[in-house]
Amino acid sequence: MPFINFSKDEIQCKIVYYGAGFCGKTTNLQYVFAQMGEDTKGKMVSIDTRGDRTLFFDFLSLNLGKIRGFDVRVQLYTVPGQVHYDATRKLVLKGVDGVVFVADSLKVQRKKNIESLINLAKNLAEKGVSIRTIPLVIQYNKRDLDGTDSELLPLEILEKDLNSMLKVPSVSASALKGAGVFETLREISKLVVKDVSRKIMLVDQQLR
Amino acid sequence: MNIIITKEDLKKINFFLDKVVSSSLAHSVLLIDRSGQLIAQYGNTLDIDIVSLSALTAANFGATAEIAKILGEEEFTLLFHKGKNENVYFTAIGEHVIIVTLFDDKTSLGLIRLRINQITDELSNALVSIFEEKKEIPVLKPQRLL
Repeated sequence: MPFINFSKDEIQCKIVYYGAGFCGKTTNLQYVFAQMGEDTKGKMVSIDTRGDRTLFFDFLSLNLGKIRGFDVRVQLYTVPGQVHYDATRKLVLKGVDGVVFVADSLKVQRKKNIESLINLAKNLAEKGVSIRTIPLVIQYNKRDLDGTDSELLPLEILEKDLNSMLKVPSVSASALKGAGVFETLREISKLVVKDVSRKIMLVDQQLR
Repeated sequence: MNIIITKEDLKKINFFLDKVVSSSLAHSVLLIDRSGQLIAQYGNTLDIDIVSLSALTAANFGATAEIAKILGEEEFTLLFHKGKNENVYFTAIGEHVIIVTLFDDKTSLGLIRLRINQITDELSNALVSIFEEKKEIPVLKPQRLL
């Protein structure tokens, strides 16, 4: 549900990072926050518990520049990944314009990724949104652990598990080191802005 | 659903927010949507991070709605947080928006509540045009976009 403000010539969109617990959603936002310039970012708000788990959400507001004369402001949210926080996830998904699904590449997390993606589809459907039409990007996180003792799933398996039906853009990443984080943000922003700008073209003609 | 705010919409909203600020001595009044987006602001909000405030307010409302459900209520329509110097009063208007009023000890909660109540009906009517279905944008055929 983008907010198109003709008075301030501003568009506000909401992008939610979704995924299983400890897959790196908050780490993504932290990296973005650390790298962005002061003039383009707001404060990062985190509501978490002591054990590094997100209790409610993290929130970061960014200015992405102009499109057709409109300032584009995106608000990035994360959800708590743990299964029993489903009510909170539904709250955060309210009014979402685009989703980044962060998948954990660890082999032991394979089932949790799939469960979380199904949970996303279900929660979107409850809001009347189809996972097949909403701007969506899948990020395969923790690729930096490749070659270490931790056993990772190959990208082909992850693609098959999570993206064989959806066929959305996917990015392999390491949120901790920063690889792929901005690529993911760029991909999802592109999809969301394209979606929104299509709507502006029409409204512009109707209302100006 | 897309929310489109035209200059006329904002003029109407600001008229009501101005009414609250000028008649109650509140610092500022914000109008935000339930998903956490800021719709309008009026008064002195220069030094506050209103974008984060909007996101947290929406979340706060969502969380207390869940508490209400546990107690058998649909939701709590107003919330009040009292600090040493600053206070915040939140009130839901219809199903889409929340009014956030920031004030200090120059005024009282009673007066703020009275002023907000006085504009609630008229403001809800003004908001209908923003949130009603007819402003829904028709879907374009893809080839026309390229």
